[in-house]
Amino acid sequence: MTRIIKGMLFASTVLASAGMAHAADVTLTIESWRNDDLAIWQEKLIPAFEAKNPGIKLNFSPTAPTEYNASLNAKLDAGSAGDIITCRPFDAALELFNKKQLADLTSLSGMANFSPVAKAAWSTDDGAKTFCVPMASVIHGFIYNKDAFDKLGISVPKTVDQFHAALDKIKADGTYIPLAMGTKDLWEAATMGYQNIGPNYWKGEEGRKALIEGKQKLTDPEWVKPYEELAKWKPYLGDGFEAQTYSDSQNLFTLGRAAIYPAGSWEIALFTSQAQFKMGAFPPPVLKAGETGYISDHPDIGVGLNAKSAHQEEAKKFLAWVASPEFADIYANALPGFFSLNSTPVKMADPLAQEFVSWRDSFKPTVRSTYQILSRGKPNLENETWVESANVINGTDTPKVAGEKLQKGLDSWYKPAK
Amino acid sequence: MTDLPATHEPAIKRPVRWHIGVFLLPAFIIYSAIMVLPLIETLRLSFYNTVDGAPAFVGLANYQVLFGDARWAHDFWNALVNNLIFFAIHMCVQNPIGVALAALLSTPKLRFAAFYRTAIFLPTLLSFVIVGFIWKLILSPIWGVAPWLMSLVGTKWLFAPWLGQSGPALIAVSLISNWQYIGIPMMLIYAALLSIPDEVIEAAEMDGITGWSQFWKIKLPLILPAIGIISILTFVGNFNAFDLVYTVQGALAGPDMSTDILGTLLYRTFFGFQLQLGDRSMGATIATVMFLIILAGVSFYLFAIQRRMRRYQF
Repeated sequence: MTRIIKGMLFASTVLASAGMAHAADVTLTIESWRNDDLAIWQEKLIPAFEAKNPGIKLNFSPTAPTEYNASLNAKLDAGSAGDIITCRPFDAALELFNKKQLADLTSLSGMANFSPVAKAAWSTDDGAKTFCVPMASVIHGFIYNKDAFDKLGISVPKTVDQFHAALDKIKADGTYIPLAMGTKDLWEAATMGYQNIGPNYWKGEEGRKALIEGKQKLTDPEWVKPYEELAKWKPYLGDGFEAQTYSDSQNLFTLGRAAIYPAGSWEIALFTSQAQFKMGAFPPPVLKAGETGYISDHPDIGVGLNAKSAHQEEAKKFLAWVASPEFADIYANALPGFFSLNSTPVKMADPLAQEFVSWRDSFKPTVRSTYQILSRGKPNLENETWVESANVINGTDTPKVAGEKLQKGLDSWYKPAK
Repeated sequence: MTDLPATHEPAIKRPVRWHIGVFLLPAFIIYSAIMVLPLIETLRLSFYNTVDGAPAFVGLANYQVLFGDARWAHDFWNALVNNLIFFAIHMCVQNPIGVALAALLSTPKLRFAAFYRTAIFLPTLLSFVIVGFIWKLILSPIWGVAPWLMSLVGTKWLFAPWLGQSGPALIAVSLISNWQYIGIPMMLIYAALLSIPDEVIEAAEMDGITGWSQFWKIKLPLILPAIGIISILTFVGNFNAFDLVYTVQGALAGPDMSTDILGTLLYRTFFGFQLQLGDRSMGATIATVMFLIILAGVSFYLFAIQRRMRRYQF
């Protein structure tokens, strides 16, 4: 086994040094997990920055998303990581800051462009210090096939009952798979399922904070009911959904074989380029008509500064640019679905992205319940939520058992501050 | 020897043979640097952990956590049991079929033997990433050819999304691994069968031992040492396995941890996964336990089995 570890460590060091500077210009290497964005960085963002800042070159060097955290940690420990670090939200980045691997950016010019809520994902628990520039958030909801809805005469569901009525109608018709979701990759069930519809049950921030403070438990109805709802999705999923992967679900929807896709806004760019039909989006349905709705508006990407970088000044120049409205404008339009966290509103051209972002006006935003503080220990609540969400849909565990298992795991290491 | 003529030259003094050391040195340095030192370092790391933010010697505390803490122990035993099942399936499916294929290939009358040999050995040369990916596609309930092929022979009802079901998933992954690596036992046994001298076979034929009984009574005893080697290779390979499960089922080895083997458990622990941060000390502890399991298995084979095996010399 040690052979595999060594191989990986070796590979990561070799890869890290592959992008070394060669000219007199200062080259800043950007570590990221967004390899999908490579073209946007190379064609739009990097030229825009380099045109204004002669003498600073940027090198965007992404890693596969699932390997990013592991390889970044290894590189930072070995001192071979890039100058600019793309930050995962909450604890993963906080841990790096606590290890003094990320520099303190509280006083960076441009930080004032962000609200405390936007900065929360990359600030210390007391909010005193910020260590990454917030870049983008993603919003959860459902993307639907408009043509299918028109053909079957379904109007956009607003409540859970309407949602089920719509699903029943699609299923009865038989042309479309009602819901494009699988449980093979686990995280679809947790992220697009549980964290998508959950905020309406636990009332967004209110429930999330209560859970962190220990006033609520995962066995409480607020947290078990979303699982009961998820379990009801089973008959609406496609044949063999147990072995359906994330990319299978994406393809089922974009090929027009499924009517509704439980989504994150990051899908927008891909779906717009692939789907041959009209699409719309609706927020997670509320329990009763007229109730306040909640959406998961989750800060997802930030950028920080490697504390050991040899080019602190140049890197700060770059980060100040990332914090500017100019960057927000290019980024949000190049990547519809990754919404800028900048206080200056960004005009977006994509209608689907506009639809998603319009929910910010009438719905209360929250972040994913498992991300802040609660995934610090072992067992890791986020990973367990993946497993249990899939189990609930597969019928391996009942919603009640799932809640009990998660709470038991959390209790084993987490003691809420009294 | 004592009364050598005085005129005789003294015994030729052999020069110090530096070249032996020089030739050994590169291999020694490389092997030490990338095998021995990291192994020792892993063992050492398993006795350390972070206490109040600083690395400190904790003795066997990591092992106590691994076997004493209910959750750690549950994950570990789950992975070990899955690993044993994984190994058992290899021993019961891959190796017997490999031996059978080799026996068929070595029959002199078989036509296209070279083609079969190459075709069956080919998957072994493929990257596990490719193997994982194509089997995921073949078994996919949505796009896969498996449901379609089964419907051609009227057995569509037997098809299930195996990779997504907690019972069959481990068996499915094991069988994929068998498919990939069956070429290795086949080739080793094939070579062993070819090395049996014709005289022995002829003598057996003279005594009227032909066909199947010839295989059981003459050939099998002669290839037993090769089968032993294959068993131990399978054992080491299976308890080090990680790649195929990772590519097919992901690092969380779903569904419901049903395909989690020691390799994936080690990966998640050492490197972390998603929001879970890596824990090097516990990772090293698991790596050490894996090392000990493999060491025990290999020692058992070397001392208890190989010594008693009868070898025939021609």
